[in-house]
Amino acid sequence: MLDLHTHFPPMTTRTHEVCGPSASAFAFALGARLGGAVLWVREAWLGDQINPMGFASYMDPQNVLVALAPSHIDVLAAAEEALRSGSVTLVVLELTQPIGLTEGRRLQLAAQQGKSTGVCLIPEGMGSNAAQTRWRCTPVFDADPHAPDSTLQRWEIIKNKSGTLTAWTVKWDAQTRRINVVSSVAQ
Amino acid sequence: MRKRVVSMWFPRLPSDRVLRACAIGAAGDSRPFVLTHHEKNTDRIYCLNRAAEARGLHRGMGVSDARAYCPDMQSRPATPQADARFLQMLARWSKRYCPWVGLDGTDGLMLNIAGAEHLFNGEAAMLDDMRHRLERAGLSVQIAAAETRGAAWALTHYGATTRASEGLTSLPVAALRLDAKSDTALQRLGLRTIGDLMALPRATIARRFGPDVTLRLDQAMGARDEVISPLTEPPHYGVRMTLPEPIGLSGDVMAGTARLLERLCAKLKDQDMGARRLQLSLRLVDQGTQQIELRLAAPMRDATRILPLFERGVGAVDAGFGIDHLRLEATQVERLLQTQITSATPSRSDGLEDLITRLGNRIGLENIQRFLPADSHIPERSFQIAPAAYSTAQGPWVTLRPRPLRLFAPEAITATGPRPPRHFRWRRMALTTRRSTGPERIAPEWWLPDDNWRSGLRDYWKLDTAQGRRLWVFYTPQNPGWFVQGEFA
Repeated sequence: MLDLHTHFPPMTTRTHEVCGPSASAFAFALGARLGGAVLWVREAWLGDQINPMGFASYMDPQNVLVALAPSHIDVLAAAEEALRSGSVTLVVLELTQPIGLTEGRRLQLAAQQGKSTGVCLIPEGMGSNAAQTRWRCTPVFDADPHAPDSTLQRWEIIKNKSGTLTAWTVKWDAQTRRINVVSSVAQ
Repeated sequence: MRKRVVSMWFPRLPSDRVLRACAIGAAGDSRPFVLTHHEKNTDRIYCLNRAAEARGLHRGMGVSDARAYCPDMQSRPATPQADARFLQMLARWSKRYCPWVGLDGTDGLMLNIAGAEHLFNGEAAMLDDMRHRLERAGLSVQIAAAETRGAAWALTHYGATTRASEGLTSLPVAALRLDAKSDTALQRLGLRTIGDLMALPRATIARRFGPDVTLRLDQAMGARDEVISPLTEPPHYGVRMTLPEPIGLSGDVMAGTARLLERLCAKLKDQDMGARRLQLSLRLVDQGTQQIELRLAAPMRDATRILPLFERGVGAVDAGFGIDHLRLEATQVERLLQTQITSATPSRSDGLEDLITRLGNRIGLENIQRFLPADSHIPERSFQIAPAAYSTAQGPWVTLRPRPLRLFAPEAITATGPRPPRHFRWRRMALTTRRSTGPERIAPEWWLPDDNWRSGLRDYWKLDTAQGRRLWVFYTPQNPGWFVQGEFA
């Protein structure tokens, strides 16, 4: 199995896509790993929201800004602007519709120009071909009785423009604030 | 220096102001009208017109009593801030008579007209002109001129038409602007008029009533000076530029804006202010106007930083046949003090503020939010959401118990009993509970009404399902039901 830390954090100055139920955990782990300010762009009508009391064990909520855009187009425009400015290290987009190749490519160019990283949280199967990598993150039940607060997850790379597809079982360590790979033997 | 002070007293300023704006105002003087304010748990009369006074109403009277006296009375709530603004406006208007105008309490003006009378053909003609204009504007006013501020005040408030020096002696002692306590004390001793008071030896008055009475007496008589502090002109943050030939290229407009910005920023720097909202008006040759509004995420006066923020707005302008007049105004300013930059200064987040400005101009500045910690056990209220442009990041964040990464409005699941269900369906998924952690009981905050917490106590559980999903569910024992409210990583 390949080392996770050659793939995570994924290539900076690019945009990536994440799907699956644990996608936001991936985004927070990435934000914690990259450091700096994070802009979270989402449509204003979405019902569920990120909870600072929850992600405080990943990264400091002081570094998180949330932008509520009135429409899907405004989400993309705001994200492009933020990526290009380079004032934030990570831009997270919550997408509800598939984006075309043009939009995806524009985000890529903006990220390259601003030297920042973008992550699109997409619904399953709605990826765009412009993404550098696409990940699927699903929670896994942890049978270990000594770890009731376990965050065991399975992270799979399901698309990669420059590398192979792999999968890891990982766990967030809130003490050291890093992601740890759980070896298959230990399970 | 010779002094000639005119005092203007508007005895019914608040009600006159409201009646002026009313359509019934002109005919309304015959009908009783009062302004009310809420004081000590009851509505009281704040100000009233002449008709209401004639019917026996007075200030401070309860509104329900007043209504019993005169059932056809009309009333409105009072707005003291608007009255203060109106008085400021009158002060500005009074500058047509002389430059030295000061406020006198909440319902009067003091003008030092020394050296300005001849412009209006003498003092009497000037006072007539003031009276005439103010009465035409629907304001009842008492105007008097005297050598000192105290004397002018006494003559307006205690309605004598006599001149100062000989006239003041016959006025009641209250005309000296004394507090109610000294006034009553003087009345009790039989000192009814200022003349009575002046007949007494000064040392006795000072010993018996303190220095305030002699001070007021001296001020009225001119023995001691009293200043009128003139109102300062508020600085105006607007600059403009007229062009000999119309321009149309956005590069030219930006160049013009750059020149205007430089002048505006110099002005802001002089006053230690920073712009928060800027408006660029472009007048077209065919008299049309295009406006670009820029709302900044932080007060700013750095021209090189503000200029690029205008690019988006200028690009969207339709120049038509050309633009021949540019006007830039800071419509909202905030105090921005100069800061010493040292090696110990924390790195400034200029870039982030600029980004917030750019995004804010597209999706609204209040839609860029940040989280602030709040002191509450209720999950929805354990943090606050504030616009990033109007708040600063706060910390530290303390989490005592694990909380879900995402929160949503409670979604009901079918289950019964106080123990978490073994099998349940949520969002069309069949889930099996493998481990449940809890309960953590959270009681509603009874001091804050919240419709979502009507169902009473909540027992929160973390359910680890065999399918992997880790959900935050709660049971309401007082009103049995199970709900999912959040999801862990």
